[in-house]
Amino acid sequence: MSTTTSPVTTPVRPRVAGGPARAFLAVLWRDLYVTGRELPVFLAQVVLQPLFLLFVFGKVLADLGFTQPGYTRVLFPGIVALTAVVTGLQSTAFPLVIDFSFTKEIEDRLLAPLPVGMVAVEKVVFASMRALLAALVMLPIGVWVLGSIPWPASGVPLFLTVLVLGCLVGSCLGMIMGTAVPPNRINVMFALILTPLLFTGASQYPWTSLDDLRWFQVVTALNPLTYVSEGMRAALVPEVPHIRPWVSVLVLVLTIVVSLAVGIRLFLRRAVD
Amino acid sequence: MEVGVEGNGQGPVVEVRDLVKRYRKAKVNAVDGVSFAVRRGEVLGLLGPNGAGKTTTVGVLTTRVRRTGGTACVSGVDVGVDPVRARRLVAVVPQRNNLDRSLSIRQNLLFHAAYHGVPAAERTRRASDLLEEFGLADRADDKPDMFSGGQAQRVMVARALMHAPEVLFLDEPTTGLDPAARLFVWDRVRDLRARGVTVVLTTHDMDEAAELADRVGIMDHGKLLALDTPAALTRGLPGRTTLEVAVVLDGSSAEDLVAGLGALDGVERVEPVGAATGPPGGWPPMGGGPMGGGPPGGGPPGDGGSPAGPAAPPRELRARLYLLGEAPAMVAPVAALVASHRAQLTDVAIGAPSLEDVFIALTGRALR
Repeated sequence: MSTTTSPVTTPVRPRVAGGPARAFLAVLWRDLYVTGRELPVFLAQVVLQPLFLLFVFGKVLADLGFTQPGYTRVLFPGIVALTAVVTGLQSTAFPLVIDFSFTKEIEDRLLAPLPVGMVAVEKVVFASMRALLAALVMLPIGVWVLGSIPWPASGVPLFLTVLVLGCLVGSCLGMIMGTAVPPNRINVMFALILTPLLFTGASQYPWTSLDDLRWFQVVTALNPLTYVSEGMRAALVPEVPHIRPWVSVLVLVLTIVVSLAVGIRLFLRRAVD
Repeated sequence: MEVGVEGNGQGPVVEVRDLVKRYRKAKVNAVDGVSFAVRRGEVLGLLGPNGAGKTTTVGVLTTRVRRTGGTACVSGVDVGVDPVRARRLVAVVPQRNNLDRSLSIRQNLLFHAAYHGVPAAERTRRASDLLEEFGLADRADDKPDMFSGGQAQRVMVARALMHAPEVLFLDEPTTGLDPAARLFVWDRVRDLRARGVTVVLTTHDMDEAAELADRVGIMDHGKLLALDTPAALTRGLPGRTTLEVAVVLDGSSAEDLVAGLGALDGVERVEPVGAATGPPGGWPPMGGGPMGGGPPGGGPPGDGGSPAGPAAPPRELRARLYLLGEAPAMVAPVAALVASHRAQLTDVAIGAPSLEDVFIALTGRALR
C-alpha cells in the first residue's frame, strides 16, 4: 500500500483492557438500548405483517372453508420463518441505507476503536437479535390467532437451530442490500427484492408439494427463506413432507458464510474510502 | 523533517510523509505527495479551496480514508497499519452533523465515551463537565435534531473531547455557521490550545486560519504549497508588502516624485491611487488591489488623517509603493526623497499582505 517504508517506530502503549471487544459491546449496547426504548413500536412494525398473513390464510380462509384442514400446520412454521428472515433483513438494510446515505450517524461508531468489519458484524448480531425476538413473539400470537400451534418437544432443538440460522441469513442478506443498493434506488430495490422474497420462500406452501410446478420449485430453491421454512416444518410438523433437515441447515450455514463475507466487504467499501 | 518519533516524547504528534490518495475511478490524486508534522499543543490550519485535498488528508489521519501511498502517523502509530489504535488517539468534528438522533445530547457524549472504553463513572463526570463548559447543560436531555448548526457543532466538539484524544481534527468547523456561532467555535479552539490539545483544522477562510492557527499549511490541487506561521508566510512576499504615502506637492511635479519613489532601492513599483479625485483623506477601498481583505489588524490603519481638507486643490498625491522587503525600513528613505522634492509627507500607512495574497502568489488565483 505505501510506497515508502516508514522509519517511524511505533512505541508500545499499554492496551486498554478489553479493547475492541469492549467497544463492540458498547456499540451493541447502543443499538439494544435504542430498540428497547421503542420496543412496542418495533414489535408492531415487525409483527403486523405476519400477524395478518396468519390471520387471513390460517384463520379466515380456514373458517370459510377455502383451505384444507391442516393447512394452518403447514402455514405456521412458514410464517415464523418468514418473520425471522424478513425482520433480520430489514433490521440491517434500512438502518444502513439511512446511516450511510443520509444521517451519517454511523460515523461515530466507525471511529470507535474496533476494526470496521466488527461494526458490520455488530449490525448483523443486533439485527439477528431483533429478528429472534420478532419470531419468538409469533409463538404466542400463533396460539392466539389459531387456537393452538404445533409444538412437539422433540422438534425444539431443530426449531431453535433453524430459527437462529434464519435470523442470521436475513441479517446478512440485509447487510448486502443496505450497502450495495444506491440510495436513490432503495425504494425500487425493496419492492423488487422483498416481495419476491416473501412469496418464493416456501412459507405458505411446502416445497416438496411443488413437484408438479417444476419451474417454480427451482425458483424457490434459490431463495434461502425456503430452507428456513422447510427446516421449521421438519422441526414442528415432521409429518408434512419436507427437505431433509441436514440439507436445509447446510444450505443456511453456507449462505450465512458467503453473504456475511460479501456483506462485510461491501460494508468496508462504504465505510472506508 | 525530523523522524523517529516516540509516542509520548517531544516529537511531532502528527506526522505525514509523501501522502498520496487517489480515489477509485479518479483521474488525479486527491492528495498528491503531502508531508507535514504537527507539534504537541499546536494548532495547525490547512487552508485551501474546496477540493484542495484538506478533508482527504484529515480523512486519512482519522482512518476513514485509505491512503494510496506514503505514511501518516499519530503519536507514532501508523494510521494505516493500526487503525484501531489510531482511533483512540484522534477525534474528529466533521463538516456535517452526524450526531446520533436516537439519543439525547448527554447520551451522545456518554455512548461515544463508552465506545472508547472510558469507565462509566469517569464518562458521567466528563459529560457533565463538558456539557457545562459548552453551555449545553440545560439542553442535555434534548434530541440533537432540535439543534441549530452552531449548537450541533458545539455538541460535536464536546463529544470529540470525551475520550481525551491526542489530536482533535476540525473539518471546516465554521462553514455555514452564523457569525456568533463562528466566534464561539473560535473561542473553543483557543481554549483547546490553552489546554494543550493538539488541533488540526481545515478551512477555506483565511481569516479563520490567520486567527486560530499557529501555523498554516496552504493546499491546492492535493499539494501542500507552503507551511509556516501566518507572519512568516506573509513576510517577504515580494511586491506584496506595501507602503501607502500621502504627499502635498508644494509646486513640485507629481511625475518626478513618482519616478523618484520608483527608483528607490527596495521599491518594486509605484501606483498612484488617485486621491486627487477621491474622497478627501480616504484610503481607497480595501479588497480592490492585491491588498485584498487582510487579516484583522493587518490591513491599512485607515485613520483618515489626511490634512488635505474638503476643498483641497489637486495638489495632493497618494501613491502605493509595492516593496521587495520590509515596509518599516522604507519609511525613512521615502520621507527623505519626498523632502528632497520639497513636498510634504502627510500620511504613511503600512499594508501587510494577507494569507490571501500568499495564496495568490502561490497559485496565481484568488482563494474564492
